[in-house]
Amino acid sequence: MQVRKTATLVLDDGSEFHGFSFGYDKAVAGEVVFNTAMTGYPESLTDPSYAGQLMVLTYPLVGNYGVPPFSIEENDLPTFMESEKIHAEAIIVSDYSEEYSHWNAVESLSDWLKREMIPGITGIDTRALTKKIREHGVMMGRIVISDADNEVESGKVKDESEMPDYGSINYVDRVSCKDIIVYRPDGTSSTYPIGSDNFQLSSFNSQLKHVVLLDCGVKANIIRCLLKRNVTVVRVPWDYDFNTLEYDGLFISNGPGDPDTCDVAVQHIRKALAGDKPICGICMGNQLLAKAGGASIYKLKYGHRSHNQPVRMVGTERCFITSQNHGYAVDNDTLGADWEPLFINMNDGTNEGIKHKTKPFFSSQFHPEACSGPTDTEFIFDKFVALL
Amino acid sequence: MKEDIKKVLVLGSGALKIGEAGEFDYSGSQALKAIKEEGIETVLINPNIATVQTSEGVADTVYFLPVTPFFVEKVIAKERPEGILLAFGGQTALNCGVALYQSGVLEKYNVRVLGTPVQAIMDTEDRELFVRKLDEIGVKTIKSEAVENAADARRAAAELGYPVIVRAAYALGGLGSGFCDNEAELDVLVEKAFSFSPQVLVEKSLKGWKEVEYEVVRDRFDNCITVCNMENFDPLGIHTGESIVIAPSQTLTNSEYHKLRELAIRIIRHIGIVGECNVQYAFDPESEDYRVIEVNARLSRSSALASKATGYPLAFVAAKLGLGYGLFDLKNSVTKTTSAFFEPALDYVVCKIPRWDLGKFHGVARELGSSMKSVGEVMAIGRTFEEAIQKGLRMIGQGMHGFVENKELVIEDIDKALHEPTDRRIFAISKAFRAGYTVDQIHELTKIDRWFLQKLYGIMQTSKELHKLTIDNGQLTIKKEEKDSNCQLSIVHCPLLRMAKQQGFSDFQIARAFGLEEDIEKGMMLVRQYRKAHGIVPVVKQIDTLAAEYPAQTNYLYLTYSGTENDVQYVGDHRSIVVLGSGAYRIGSSVEFDWCGVQALNTIRKEGWRSVMINYNPETVSTDYDMCDRLYFDELTFERVMDILELENPHGVIVSTGGQIPNNLAMRLDEQHVNILGTSAKSIDNAEDREKFSAMLDRIGVDQPRWKELSSMDDINDFVAEVGFPVLVRPSYVLSGAAMNVCSNQEELERFLQLAANVSKKHPVVVSQFIEHAKEVEMDAVADKGEIVMYAISEHIEFAGVHSGDATIQFPSQKLYVETVRRIKRISRQIAKELNISGPFNIQYLAKGNEIKVIECNLRASRSFPFVSKVLKINLIELATRIMLGLPVEKPSKNEFDLDYVGIKASQFSFNRLQKADPVLGVDMASTGEVGCIGDDLSEAVLKSMLSVGLRIPEKSILLSTGTPKQKVAMLDAARMLAEKGYTLYATGGTHRFLEENGISNTQVFWPSEADKQPQALDMLHEKKIDMVVNIPRDLSAGELDNGYKIRRAAIDLNIPLITNARLASAFIEAFCTLSLDDIQIKSWQEYK
Repeated sequence: MQVRKTATLVLDDGSEFHGFSFGYDKAVAGEVVFNTAMTGYPESLTDPSYAGQLMVLTYPLVGNYGVPPFSIEENDLPTFMESEKIHAEAIIVSDYSEEYSHWNAVESLSDWLKREMIPGITGIDTRALTKKIREHGVMMGRIVISDADNEVESGKVKDESEMPDYGSINYVDRVSCKDIIVYRPDGTSSTYPIGSDNFQLSSFNSQLKHVVLLDCGVKANIIRCLLKRNVTVVRVPWDYDFNTLEYDGLFISNGPGDPDTCDVAVQHIRKALAGDKPICGICMGNQLLAKAGGASIYKLKYGHRSHNQPVRMVGTERCFITSQNHGYAVDNDTLGADWEPLFINMNDGTNEGIKHKTKPFFSSQFHPEACSGPTDTEFIFDKFVALL
Repeated sequence: MKEDIKKVLVLGSGALKIGEAGEFDYSGSQALKAIKEEGIETVLINPNIATVQTSEGVADTVYFLPVTPFFVEKVIAKERPEGILLAFGGQTALNCGVALYQSGVLEKYNVRVLGTPVQAIMDTEDRELFVRKLDEIGVKTIKSEAVENAADARRAAAELGYPVIVRAAYALGGLGSGFCDNEAELDVLVEKAFSFSPQVLVEKSLKGWKEVEYEVVRDRFDNCITVCNMENFDPLGIHTGESIVIAPSQTLTNSEYHKLRELAIRIIRHIGIVGECNVQYAFDPESEDYRVIEVNARLSRSSALASKATGYPLAFVAAKLGLGYGLFDLKNSVTKTTSAFFEPALDYVVCKIPRWDLGKFHGVARELGSSMKSVGEVMAIGRTFEEAIQKGLRMIGQGMHGFVENKELVIEDIDKALHEPTDRRIFAISKAFRAGYTVDQIHELTKIDRWFLQKLYGIMQTSKELHKLTIDNGQLTIKKEEKDSNCQLSIVHCPLLRMAKQQGFSDFQIARAFGLEEDIEKGMMLVRQYRKAHGIVPVVKQIDTLAAEYPAQTNYLYLTYSGTENDVQYVGDHRSIVVLGSGAYRIGSSVEFDWCGVQALNTIRKEGWRSVMINYNPETVSTDYDMCDRLYFDELTFERVMDILELENPHGVIVSTGGQIPNNLAMRLDEQHVNILGTSAKSIDNAEDREKFSAMLDRIGVDQPRWKELSSMDDINDFVAEVGFPVLVRPSYVLSGAAMNVCSNQEELERFLQLAANVSKKHPVVVSQFIEHAKEVEMDAVADKGEIVMYAISEHIEFAGVHSGDATIQFPSQKLYVETVRRIKRISRQIAKELNISGPFNIQYLAKGNEIKVIECNLRASRSFPFVSKVLKINLIELATRIMLGLPVEKPSKNEFDLDYVGIKASQFSFNRLQKADPVLGVDMASTGEVGCIGDDLSEAVLKSMLSVGLRIPEKSILLSTGTPKQKVAMLDAARMLAEKGYTLYATGGTHRFLEENGISNTQVFWPSEADKQPQALDMLHEKKIDMVVNIPRDLSAGELDNGYKIRRAAIDLNIPLITNARLASAFIEAFCTLSLDDIQIKSWQEYK
């Protein structure tokens, strides 16, 4: 029997969970959150919304189908992943599968984590850990590898004073793009540095609608879903003032961290609300749109991270199973007079989307682009594109 | 309540049979509960008297009648329900419902089909409609193309994509069929195929594709969810009921999982299901290509499994949706706060393994294929795949201890055993690993996904590590013989033990690996003590549908070694009463013990104790987390039961309502000072141990057939010389599955013993005197401290020699002498007193003249408890449980002699599913289920019950071959009745002459061996000229490939009613000659007073 390197997760309340390292051996710290999805670890790990978080998977068997190739399409989007790298700080599982089997896998999860220098712990009672988070609310935690070699960066987080303050960090700024990237439905893309002279929307194919995508940490599948509907996507950094552009619609992406750190974006969105161009948002996008409309945001005790969140379209008998990944929510009671809830979570009654009473503005707290998760709400993109 | 309905009719599935078993008791019970909650009156038709759904308080009105259009129409005419549920009684109910719809009966009586419309059902049942329907939405199905020349065959193959299967149309037995990987191979095969048939079918080969299922729910507002997906361990080609199944899928990526999920929802919407359905896919292991295999527009075996696997009560929800609710109206029944519109998130893995009993049948084909042969199944839960599958392999209860450390199986050709799956393939994989096969080699032969094989290989590796160690003086050490090898004693050993437990190794397996074989029970205890001292203990986890996201209000539990914390807070109040369940359904132990367990739980709850169930059969009602306060869905091994008892610290344990599995644990639990409620373990042992029991009977002067345990052929011959033939022979070690047999002469005796195993000191046989033409009588009773409180005496219609589980039983007894009854009562009282019985028990007697002999005594509930309880309308298990709880009971004032009606329990056989098996009855049980019907007199009850097990009243012609002269005489009156009634009789040689001599005209037909003579009996059968076959085997020996076998088998294969027992045949013939279908009373159970 092989001796495995032990790794420990230490929570902010002092409790410890002991397991074995199967990723990169380094100490990390972050917000400990649980995800109850049963598939989709490659997608979740590369979801920028997990930046700053230690991801606990409640489904115990992880790694079974390995990792698909990190191939990049002609338009610079990854084929199978949701961004260019792993964004979660670490992954915590109960039973990592050393061996994998899938026609499309090129490496094991362990090898991938090591390559991207991301720690993974297996052998954890993830159910006990999840219950703790459920009872206590999300907590900061750190991973300590017991006998990491001297070469590796070890003991970076020695005590709690060095624990980062999740809520105060602008993770959106860390994960958002730095340039303007234009994606065309023909499968090509171009990158324009901010302030670049040759960037003008009017120079693009005028047959196609132009959607400005405000990148707060966008998942690749949002871009794929828009492109599939034959629009040109103009991806701009989160703090870029897109109001200067002549666009047909605004799409506000998902993203990590506390939406209150994104005031610059909220100001820009508020400007757009004065106009009539269609606006749609997902997740963080829902929160920023709500904030721009005057609502406030609060932090959920332990968030929604799963593939099975039920939402109901307000005032209808239509219900949807949705993929979700958020720790903050829009306070329904603070929505401005022009706004109303569009979707409500059927489990806890929290807001799952808003819409403007008269203008073509709406958003969802869940992820209609799925990846990972159920695809039932992809119609949100159809609705948005139809409005352009 | 959305629909204005006051009364609903629910159709059950009838007797348990292969392919349609206990899962429908569970789904029907759930549906009835869901409807009753709404204040709607419920009527149930189900002749399966042993089910929970036909118990008091479940449905308002119960009819123990056949689920056939004829009877259902009569019940509808009488009850006038506004709605009918067709989806909860398996294929039986569905077919019956469709027939009633098509014949206009439902419309005539204004009965609405609740839930999925009948048109949608027909769209899924008819292959052509189904393919067309899915074509409409561009969903791929498995299609074959018929071609008439080689060019078209090539074109079809190119369109379908290689590999393809080529079959000659209209050719039986697969003549001219085969696989082709390319056009060259196709050309060769097609040429051959055209030589057999003018038409050739070209079909895409899906050999080696994965098989994946989704359980989908839709409400009338078009909201859809998939509750669960499941992946078959065995690739396509093996019926899903015969496959090991894992939930959730293990080898599908997110994209694959959701692709199939999306398709499933598209399908359910297009077909228009309201309620639940299941979609089965074939899925390419090398791409995302798929085919839909089929859609079941009803609750199914898979949906019962999915309910148990996820905690989502599919049948309950489907019934509510049928009443018009939306999913958003309903609550999650585990959390009670969140919505029922959601998809369960599992934080464990579930493994279903089928239970076969092929050894019970003579001549049956063991190969698994597209038809189902298994009689039951188990579900194991773990937090690793290894844990789940090893638990499951123990649960199936065929002497296996997991994937490794089993008794060496004799497999001559490993490649063949891997390539051509039988019920033992998983053990062939184990054997192959031992023999040095690699994962890739096994994958090539089996096409089982490498991921599963790698996990199994990991178990094998751990086993090899364990084999280097042992426990000596309470310490884990390296075995002496390993000392020289490079195995180092280091800190890894304790982690190794923990890892082994996490991989589902039992203490038994570890003890065996440690070489503690000599006294394995002691070895197990050493392992147990060692690991407990080192903190290696399992934890209890809850199944909560949401992976701990929300707290669960129910206690649906399992144990695992992958965890550090219990989900249950044990308070040590000694208020728990643990009931041990009955395990997998198998021949000899089935729904009747589930009924007993559920009745015990109900009584415990009612009396204010905490009811706790341990069981692992997903088809049961007892494993519904609503039925008890805590459900441990886990093993019934000594180890696991002790793990649970140590946590629960219960007031006591009930071992007498779950059949033989818990009964066998009694002694060992007692040794650990477990408080066994009711009859003591010592008494149980005194009844179970043949020697002790015999000595006791001698002591109290009770007679029994003479028997002896013998270990040499000479001794056997001496004993037979004393008692005479026939004798009953029971070997203690069985090779060919022939567990027990009656031998009528020396030749049979010798042949059987050779077949069974060589007789030796190590493998003795028990030989008993076999009394012919004796009646068999059953005493089911409940006693309190040795005094009988209530009893029920029932009488077999068949003479002794037919296993009591196969016999047709009449209750109250109809033809016993008063003196016989008196003696049976007296002896039963003596035995109850001697064994100081407190609780349920059953004694089987032989009665010949007024001579009474005891055959067997079980100090537990028997198979017939639900039947006699329901006929008597006194719940014997409730009574017994009260006694075991130490509560006062009053002797019921009513007894069986007050009944103005008769109950008949008849057996259901599944020979049509078991190719080649000889459909003959003997001392080994062969039936898979039973029905119980009530009539105003014997004939009416017999007729109802025989129709309920699938016999039909013959229209005009009957084939008789009635065995020995004695049996011929016994059948004479019946034959005369048939003749008088105007039936055309055909008879084989001896029977023909006998009937002629007695003035009964008949036509002689000839045996297959008389090939040159006409008419041939087999031809008559094939030409459908015979409506019923009575074939009485000449003697009681195992069926050979003889004339009789060929006739019997043909009758089964051609679906012609067959009876093989003279007394049963006479009873049935008398019944249908004196009563017509229209004479049968449509009376509910409640109306028999």
